[in-house]
Amino acid sequence: MHLEMRGIQKCFGATIALGGVDLEVKAGEVLGLVGENGAGKSTLMKILSGALTPDASTMQLAGQPYRPRHPHDARQAGVAMIYQELSLAPHLSVSDNIWLGCEPPRRERRPRAVAALAQLGHADISPDARAGDLSIAQQQMVEIARAIAIGCRVLVLDEPTSSLARADVEKLFALIRRLRDQDHAIIYISHFLEEVKEITDRVTVLRDGLSVGGGNTRDFTPPDIIRLMVGRQVADLYPRSARTPGETVLEIAGLQLRRGEVVGIAGLIGAGRTELLRSIKTDWHRTGFVSEDRKTEGLALNLSITDNTTLPSLPVWISPRRETDRARSWVEKLAVKCRSPHQRIGDLSGGNQQKVAIARLFAADVDVWLLDEPTRGIDVGSKAEIYRLIDELALAGKAVLMVSSYLPELLGVCDRIAVMCRGQLGPARPVRERNEHEIMQEATGG
Amino acid sequence: MNRLQKFGPLLGLIVVFTLFALLRPKHFPRADNLEIMMLQTTVVGIGALGMTAVIVSGGIDLSVGSVIALATVVVATLLNRGWSPLSAAGGGVVAGMICGTISGLLITRLRLAPFIVTLGLWGALRGAAKGLANEQMIVAPGTWLNQLLTALPDDRRWMLVPPGVWLLAVLAVLMAAVLRYTRFGRHVFAIGSNEQTARLCGVPVERQKLFVYMLGAGLAGLAGVLQFSYLTVGDPTTATGMELDIIAAVVIGGASLAGGEGTILGSIVGALIMTVVSNGCTKMEFPNWVQEIVTGGIIITAVALDRFRHRRET
Repeated sequence: MHLEMRGIQKCFGATIALGGVDLEVKAGEVLGLVGENGAGKSTLMKILSGALTPDASTMQLAGQPYRPRHPHDARQAGVAMIYQELSLAPHLSVSDNIWLGCEPPRRERRPRAVAALAQLGHADISPDARAGDLSIAQQQMVEIARAIAIGCRVLVLDEPTSSLARADVEKLFALIRRLRDQDHAIIYISHFLEEVKEITDRVTVLRDGLSVGGGNTRDFTPPDIIRLMVGRQVADLYPRSARTPGETVLEIAGLQLRRGEVVGIAGLIGAGRTELLRSIKTDWHRTGFVSEDRKTEGLALNLSITDNTTLPSLPVWISPRRETDRARSWVEKLAVKCRSPHQRIGDLSGGNQQKVAIARLFAADVDVWLLDEPTRGIDVGSKAEIYRLIDELALAGKAVLMVSSYLPELLGVCDRIAVMCRGQLGPARPVRERNEHEIMQEATGG
Repeated sequence: MNRLQKFGPLLGLIVVFTLFALLRPKHFPRADNLEIMMLQTTVVGIGALGMTAVIVSGGIDLSVGSVIALATVVVATLLNRGWSPLSAAGGGVVAGMICGTISGLLITRLRLAPFIVTLGLWGALRGAAKGLANEQMIVAPGTWLNQLLTALPDDRRWMLVPPGVWLLAVLAVLMAAVLRYTRFGRHVFAIGSNEQTARLCGVPVERQKLFVYMLGAGLAGLAGVLQFSYLTVGDPTTATGMELDIIAAVVIGGASLAGGEGTILGSIVGALIMTVVSNGCTKMEFPNWVQEIVTGGIIITAVALDRFRHRRET
């Protein structure tokens, strides 16, 4: 089934997520879709799968106009997404999972599930097994079987190998080739460029919401692809004062963090960066932590700005007025836009919420600042203010260790950068010896 | 906190009170009836103080009715053994705190759902009360404990309201202060609002939860002491279903069963609303079943109003 997407545009408020992207994949072909985090890959795939409606688009599927308004429409039309986080119901059987949402007559379910698994060359998975008892790799096979069983002809695999062992990756690749030879169209999204090189026939590169290049995979080397992915001007968003590092305050995985410096950890999602940061004990006397996930962990969204700011540094007996004043002083210093410190934090914008998460460390007056994706999902203006704060921290003799997937920001604010790849932390080298190209290569194991 | 959240329950109380005062002007708004209503509110009110903390922390305690019954039995037994009234009352409170320690430890150490743990204790503690009392009411010698919840005699009118009601008032102020002016109180709100955030911010989540259940059941034990005072006997079958009245009072008062929200004033007002409705229905000479339907309707209305407010906010 031939899929064609032309001139896809999508804005979120004032942010242009996609500024006219073209993408085409033919039956019997594997297309690699690559780009940095935030380049627009997932927005594009959400549009393809009907989870988002584009502002402008022309989409054709097998010569017919294709305009899904709901993921269900996409499945009906034959487009299936296999997400990074698997979505099986762990308590149901494999067969029940395959038929979830489109139950055929009870008698046919099991044999047709068996047939779908056999078509994938995975007859070893029993249709009666509980999905939760299967390995991650097997669960992925079941997800794919589910798409095949209901007759999907276009498959999107989003970072399918990020949680697989090498042997399972081989099996997955064998399956992808098999599906390709059965004339399915496959879109393969991955950060691992060697994998893209190995499994795809053609490649399309996205950068900042635009398709910036592509063609037959055999005509590109991984460095070529990286060049297309990162070819961007680094604006002077990043203030950096002359800093002099002091004594070492933290040592982890061979990395020494000193006062008055900012050290960055680069790497791909799933490389183990967050786990590394979390292995450092956060006591809120010396060490403070900003979580990558504001909504589920970082903030108590029902509580006020004051409560969120002062929580780690509350005295035993509380004067509400003193706590409010304390929060207010940091809210003002960090220019958090709000009506008052009593306002519910869930009502603030992402950037302002993040500033409160950072104000918490100021209020606790910690020396070691652990920042996990401190600028994720916030606007450029707030980002710039956070970079300025980080620079001030380093000047004030604090030690900052920050994880980010956004390379320009790491290169902009850090003194040294270490790269993590599949659980291993490389050496922290001065930022002047680093560039995006080389970091991407280290991160993708190239 | 917006004004509606703060004063919504109070407004509700004024509305139902005015309604019955207009419908039954000769019987309902009389001084002696007001006193009776306060007496009727005290046991549930004291239970609701602890339940507010439990619910704000994102938990629930279904065992408090059984704790109250157990405490009446403990107090009566200790009085029979010659303990002084004060130490017997203390014994009732300590019994409650032990129950709270059990549920708190099961919830935090074994990571069991509070609903399940306290549902189990709801049955087990009722059984323990019956066993301790030999499945009988325990008659105890009369002491000043019995006068905590009786209408004031004329020579003590200067107290304005019976001592049990004073106790409720003082404890309510104390609990409100604990929730507002101590680190523990802010931690309870943080745990109920987002346990992961609380953990991230260094809140000792397990320890504070254990304290919350000890506090909740300890106050239920004290409610049991007052229940004993009201009954003047230890009765292992008393307060059946009272845990639901207590939870209803807290919820009518604006607390969210999802945690992170709730006030002591609201819970007390919630308890008063329940009393006013049941007392008013009696004064209207409604049969019991009508009263039960009305009470149920009020609980659902209160929560529906709360939801409506939340939806408008977001």
